[in-house]
Amino acid sequence: MNTQSSAVPESFGRQEVMPAVMSATRPLYWSVRRELWEFRSIYIAPLVAAGVILFGFLISSFAGIWEKALSLDPSQPKVAEPYNFAALLIMGSTFLVSLFYCLEALHAERRDRSILFWKSLPVSDLTTVLSKATVPLVILPLLTFAVIAVTQWIMLLISIAVLSVSGQSVAALWSHLSLFQMWVVLLYHLVTIHALWYAPFYGWLLLASAWARRAPLLWAFLPPLAIGVFEKIAFRTSHFAAMLGHRFGGGPEGTEFTKAGMAMDPLMHLTPLHFLISPGLWIGLAITAAFLAAAVQLRRHRGPI
Amino acid sequence: MTCIEARGLRKAFGTTIALDGVNLRVEEGRILGLIGPNGAGKTTALNAILGLTAYQGELNVLGRDPWSQRDQLMRDVCFIADVAVLPRWMRVSQALDYVAGVHPRFDRAKAESFLAKTTIGRTSKIRTLSKGMVTQLHLALVMAIDAKLLVLDEPTLGLDILFRKQFYDSLLNDYFDRSRTILVTTHQVEEIQNVLTDVMFINRGRIVFDSSMDQLESRYSEVLVHPEQLAAARALKPIYERQGLGRSILLFDQVDRQQLGAFGEAHTPSIADLFVAIMSNQSPGAAV
Repeated sequence: MNTQSSAVPESFGRQEVMPAVMSATRPLYWSVRRELWEFRSIYIAPLVAAGVILFGFLISSFAGIWEKALSLDPSQPKVAEPYNFAALLIMGSTFLVSLFYCLEALHAERRDRSILFWKSLPVSDLTTVLSKATVPLVILPLLTFAVIAVTQWIMLLISIAVLSVSGQSVAALWSHLSLFQMWVVLLYHLVTIHALWYAPFYGWLLLASAWARRAPLLWAFLPPLAIGVFEKIAFRTSHFAAMLGHRFGGGPEGTEFTKAGMAMDPLMHLTPLHFLISPGLWIGLAITAAFLAAAVQLRRHRGPI
Repeated sequence: MTCIEARGLRKAFGTTIALDGVNLRVEEGRILGLIGPNGAGKTTALNAILGLTAYQGELNVLGRDPWSQRDQLMRDVCFIADVAVLPRWMRVSQALDYVAGVHPRFDRAKAESFLAKTTIGRTSKIRTLSKGMVTQLHLALVMAIDAKLLVLDEPTLGLDILFRKQFYDSLLNDYFDRSRTILVTTHQVEEIQNVLTDVMFINRGRIVFDSSMDQLESRYSEVLVHPEQLAAARALKPIYERQGLGRSILLFDQVDRQQLGAFGEAHTPSIADLFVAIMSNQSPGAAV
């Protein structure tokens, strides 16, 4: 207890500053780490998806399906297809993980009573909720990008190996497959759509997970359904459903390449400025903040179930 | 210095009143036992002190308002809320890493040395540990935190007697010093009688008894009385009377022990017996 009294004045002063810095970032960092410890599906799911894709690609490469496609017409843009398909599949898997993670995040800790342990430590409810929101908003998009990039890189190596073994030109592959360009588009898509544009979904699911005593899945889906049905009956309109569909189905201006398809020089379609000034983005983020603030208050009031 | 101070603490769940104007004051360096029947408001009181539940009235713990400042308060307060709140999916090493990561007053080496005395493996998952081992782990984590207040809510519930004894032994020998305060609730009152410096009884949301153990010993006496002397003994107005081994055991409040010596040897009642006596006098219609 008295170790500080023997310390020199300067170091004492530093110790005064240290806890302030620590209180801001360290609990958040460790809280995010504990999410990754608890919900291992966060990284297992995309890795399994990648494994399945690579295995399938390996088989098909040796069976010569893609090889044939290449050799038939080296100028056609089909070479990128399996790569895009791999990206789509891995993104799909991590998106599902995001949804189920959010539903569990503030529910599991109350169900197993461990919330009493977490709350016995100097970590605020705000830090905890932010750490849980970090998973779908930051961790999963970046992880998805990394897994897809590595998967596509390995796919490329397999293609090169198969082409060289069968004595075909690798040049055709190079000319129609620019991985680097695909990765830029991918990262842009993940950050704009999966993280920022979908943020209100994650916020809502986290709120449902903090609110529900039982069945957070029902609490997540029934209220929006009820609103939609009510609107339909009362006003014979379906603005709410259309709004959700628009939010889910694609981004605002500046992310249109998702509809245009990725094959045609997609870099042309990246217009981050348009995206950043679209009101839909900021309204969505404001709603997300409101959902998260409500989740913080709920976590503060709720104990174990 | 005052560690916990509550004035007019109230908490209602719907129409059920869990805390009905609790006033209490716990000085630093005490080991206080909060004893009460099920549903008396013990856990609600602890939850209020720990900032886990909102309340009405005034409450001050180590100079802070627990409800609005829980995270700061938890740097100076530790608590073990019954057994098995440690996350079951966690590994022992992860628990150490996490607490070391978020708690500025956690001494990892100390926790490791406590754990070294047990058979708990670092890579074990908590779900694979026995109830007793989980409690040992939690205690090791908590004892390695240089806290000012330790709150224990039924810490030994469901443990066998060896673990229970060991639990309180390590708490007293390795953890408690005069600058720390410990607040404990338990149903196994007899086991902590010798550990406590203070005792409070809570019933129906109110503190019905509050005394230091020293005071308790000088104030209350219990005597085993022969049937032929019973009438004379009753004249001294015992607060409670029960039967045991064919004789009557009478409990007196503020009666001189020399006076009682005429009936038999007077001794200090156990907290459990005193609790029963005071609770039965609390029952509806009885004069207090």
